[in-house]
Amino acid sequence: MDLRVRALETVLAAKGYVDPAALDALIDTYQTRIGPRNGARVVARAWADPAYREWLRQDASAAIAALGYTGRQGEHMVVVENTPDCHNLVVCTLCSCYPWPVLGLPPTWYKSAPYRSRAVRDPRGVLADFGVTLPAGTQFRVWDSTAEVRYLVLPQRPAGTEGWSEEALAELVTRDSMIGTGLPRSPGARA
Amino acid sequence: MTPYRSQADLGGQPGHGAVVPEPEGELWHAPWEPRAMALTVAMGATGAWNIDMSRAARETLPDYARLSYYQIWIAGLERLLMQRALVQADELAQARALHPALPLPRRVTADILPAVLARGAPTARTTAAPPRYAVGDAVRTTTAPPPHHTRLPGYLRGRRGVVCALHGGHVFADMHAQGLGEHPAQLYTVAFEGRELWGDEPGAQGLVVHFDAWEPYLEPYLEPS
Repeated sequence: MDLRVRALETVLAAKGYVDPAALDALIDTYQTRIGPRNGARVVARAWADPAYREWLRQDASAAIAALGYTGRQGEHMVVVENTPDCHNLVVCTLCSCYPWPVLGLPPTWYKSAPYRSRAVRDPRGVLADFGVTLPAGTQFRVWDSTAEVRYLVLPQRPAGTEGWSEEALAELVTRDSMIGTGLPRSPGARA
Repeated sequence: MTPYRSQADLGGQPGHGAVVPEPEGELWHAPWEPRAMALTVAMGATGAWNIDMSRAARETLPDYARLSYYQIWIAGLERLLMQRALVQADELAQARALHPALPLPRRVTADILPAVLARGAPTARTTAAPPRYAVGDAVRTTTAPPPHHTRLPGYLRGRRGVVCALHGGHVFADMHAQGLGEHPAQLYTVAFEGRELWGDEPGAQGLVVHFDAWEPYLEPYLEPS
């Protein structure tokens, strides 16, 4: 694959279709600037600020854009909220649709056949693969991203975080908790 | 003409085994993967094709199931380029340009890249017709798979669901993928009970599956008499 991709890049650059500097900038953008820490700041703000949470419910695209996260693969955002009785899980069974501005590039498993096939049929089993068990009787809401709407899970705020700053709260928010395959860290487990 | 067959329609398919989790921040698994991502995104932003055409090019790769995701992206990219004669097979084999470049709608240079990414490609459009369905309406998804790219997954065909959100008009992927224009249609989120999809399977207990459906995917649900 290495030679094949290098040949393709060489030809595309020689024909003037791509700018090598833009390729480097793209990689840098998704390695260092656009990733799940963006989404963690959205979640932490929603935990800390009830008005912001309400804005997310009403118009997630605008509320997320207000924190500076816009654009490719996040043009039309919907936030789905976990409750004590209901857990949300996001998947794209047809390809790899994922909210890039808030979560960055999707992990390999998100694009894999095991996840895409089972998330809509046995979400409890999928969570077990991540070592997550939810109370019996929890309802599952699964969101199959079939159009250009992108979904972000708003996990429940961990107990014992009363009065925490947004920065400290954001540290508890994991990528997987915003897809629905994980839960936020507990305050005691903070790295 | 061979019938259109997507290799990517995996929802509900048995036998794929366990999910293998991955630590946050582990973005690449080979040095070529970041280049594959960047080439795919950069060429997509030129406007030589649209995202629905690229999905169609990937999902019809005969060896889709054997490829990693970035391998799928590269194979799809080569296919899109060669279909349009932007690149020819001899050029890939010799790793050099042998034929004149063709014009592209845009070229994404490093200086405009941040603006291109920040703008994205919104698909919301105004439509002349008002929405046919309202929140709470019972609907049935269409049954017959079309002979072209579609975003109605197989496991949701011919099922009863309930409209739970309206998103307004959006570019209709099925037409857009065929190069027939945007044909904006009303987009809805539709909810399906797990039992409707998977019967009494234990995994389906307490499950509701949602998907985003353009209006042509839906029919009014008529109670059986």
